[in-house]
Amino acid sequence: MADQQAVLETRSLTIQFGGHVAVDEVSCAFQAGTLTTIIGPNGAGKTTWFNLISGQLTPSSGQVLLAGEDISNLSTEARTDKGLGRAFQLTNLFPNLSALENVRLAVASSYRIGHIFWQRASLRRDIEDRARHYLDFVRLGHRADTPVSYLPHGDQRKLEVALLMALEPHVFMFDEPTAGMSVDEVPVILDLIANLKKQDDKLILLVEHKMDVVRSLSDRIVVLHHGQLVADGEPAEIIASPVVQEAYLGTSAGAPTEEASA
Amino acid sequence: MLQSILSGDLPRSRVLSVALIAILIALALGPFLFPGTRAFATLGMICVFIIVVAAYDLMLGYTHIVSFAHTMFFGIGAYGVALGIGHFGSGFGAIFIGILGALLLSAALALLLGLLSLRVKAIFFALVTLAVAFAFLSVVTQMYHITGGEDGLRVRVPRELGPAFRPLDSVTGFDLFGFLGVLFTQPWNLVDGFRDAFFTVRFTGRTLMYYALFLFAGVIFLFLLRLVNSPFGRVLQAIRENEFRAQALGYRTVFYRTAVVILSALLTTFAGALFALFNRYVNPENTLNFELMIFILLMCVLGGMGTLYGAIIGAVVFVVAQNYLQDVLGALSEAVNVGGFVGSLIEPSHWLLWFGLLFVASVYFFPSGIVGQLRIWARRREMRQTVAEHQTESSAKERLT
Ligand SMILES: Nc1ncnc2c1ncn2[C@@H]1O[C@H](COP(=O)(O)OP(=O)(O)OP(=O)(O)O)[C@@H](O)[C@H]1O
Ligand SMILES: [Mg+2]
Repeated sequence: MADQQAVLETRSLTIQFGGHVAVDEVSCAFQAGTLTTIIGPNGAGKTTWFNLISGQLTPSSGQVLLAGEDISNLSTEARTDKGLGRAFQLTNLFPNLSALENVRLAVASSYRIGHIFWQRASLRRDIEDRARHYLDFVRLGHRADTPVSYLPHGDQRKLEVALLMALEPHVFMFDEPTAGMSVDEVPVILDLIANLKKQDDKLILLVEHKMDVVRSLSDRIVVLHHGQLVADGEPAEIIASPVVQEAYLGTSAGAPTEEASA
Repeated sequence: MLQSILSGDLPRSRVLSVALIAILIALALGPFLFPGTRAFATLGMICVFIIVVAAYDLMLGYTHIVSFAHTMFFGIGAYGVALGIGHFGSGFGAIFIGILGALLLSAALALLLGLLSLRVKAIFFALVTLAVAFAFLSVVTQMYHITGGEDGLRVRVPRELGPAFRPLDSVTGFDLFGFLGVLFTQPWNLVDGFRDAFFTVRFTGRTLMYYALFLFAGVIFLFLLRLVNSPFGRVLQAIRENEFRAQALGYRTVFYRTAVVILSALLTTFAGALFALFNRYVNPENTLNFELMIFILLMCVLGGMGTLYGAIIGAVVFVVAQNYLQDVLGALSEAVNVGGFVGSLIEPSHWLLWFGLLFVASVYFFPSGIVGQLRIWARRREMRQTVAEHQTESSAKERLT
């Protein structure tokens, strides 16, 4: 693993909110063609770590490197341009635009045509086709014209995934993509992610609580606890390790969450 | 064909389509349908405000940028032409130079404002634009030797655009409202009414100017319709809906906001220049006043924010009310003829009070503006129809089985 250059790396990445250290000196590197799952109890700092990587937050100290280049000082937009894609844990869409329009915005961004205000009809059809393709991907084809604010929660979660897919990034960051979905919707999304994994040049980061899913899907598991990276390794090994049993599974067994029961 | 002219953004309401067609006809044939100078001025102001309000809606309705500096750009255009003509004489070259200078100044000011809008919160931005607009107004008022101060400037337009130029003699028009008045009040005089409705149109350079204004308003409107339905326009709406997510999708919202503020300012500047040529007189009151800014805001909200067609409807309703609500009130107060408080309420000069009440009522009942509401109704109707069709279909199937 070490001989290959890391696609994404965080070096001693740290952020403090007041006195509270939400992400504490996290150093970790990820190789292309792998899927890494990040687990940890609620408030462990998983989302905050993602925010630091994708640029929503600026670190107190430490660096983020993308293909060896330090991107710590770049804006979110610039990082997205460089191939970092992100889906959000809390649904974060364009509520009064239709589902299709939402995806189309992502497609147009990957085509880099947002600044064009005189559109050729052929280009419009092309973008629309791709947008529909990604909607069908997450089984939302029939909802194309519905404004997002009218969609049920599960569909909004799927749309969140569709937006990330439509961006066609190199690095995919999913933050609890299946949270709040019904039992029959979950496999749809997980299949999508499993299929993504087959593309060798992609890097996938996944925050997910469902342990059975995590075990079969991941190449590697990273455990965060109180903002610190406490374990990192093969799924079987990590899940069996006493640190994780105590820090993660222990606490989540104590807190009856939907994820734990699923 | 129509689809591509309107950039695929059809009115989507039958009532709205009919209203728009009626407005288009009224504006296109206006000088031949409505005699009198006041009707002529009303037609021209509608065209001016269609541009101004549509450009404002691009910021307010489509991007949620609240700016009170819109009249400043309007004034820059109007004064640009007035000063150009004042310096270089009544030629088209002078007009061109005036407009060019005005556009450059507006672009520079809009760039500064646009860049500012990225650094500060929306409410603070609105306040800054207000302060800038006031500062500009007081500068114009004080620089008496250049701008004419409160008195303003007379715009000596080229002969071809003035009242002395007569390209066509004895054109006949038909007084539509005069005829309709007879039709409804004295139907027995129909034949005479019909004959009397014909009048001779004074077709002058001012009429030519009106048609130039009308054409520019049409072209600019269609251009804006194309813009808001382009990828660029979609990004603006994305910024309005969720700027944070637009950035996460990789859009440099900085660029889009600045571009929109500049574009809106340029179009408004151009509208100001056309206004100066049409009205032939500019002063702070008719170009820079804060009252004018409020009117623009009213037209935008009344028509429906975020729907460009709302700019047309809003401008027509407002300008017509501004010019004719006084007549209605005058007729009313004459007919009722009561003194005291009630009488003073329906005094013609209090038209703005009544317009204000109408405005509050319309915003209360139609929060998404006239166009928004018409579209909601059309949508509901459509849904009812599909449901009904569905029901007849399924009951037919039941009968078959
Ligand atoms: N912007 C912020 N300001 C202050 N505190 C924050 C901020 N963002 C996160 N935190 C704190 O940082 C800690 C880590 O939060 P984070 O959302 O990263 O946890 P998480 O691991 O994603 O948890 P969950 O499983 O609930 O999603 C929490 O204690 C949270 O309250
Ligand atoms: Mg989280």
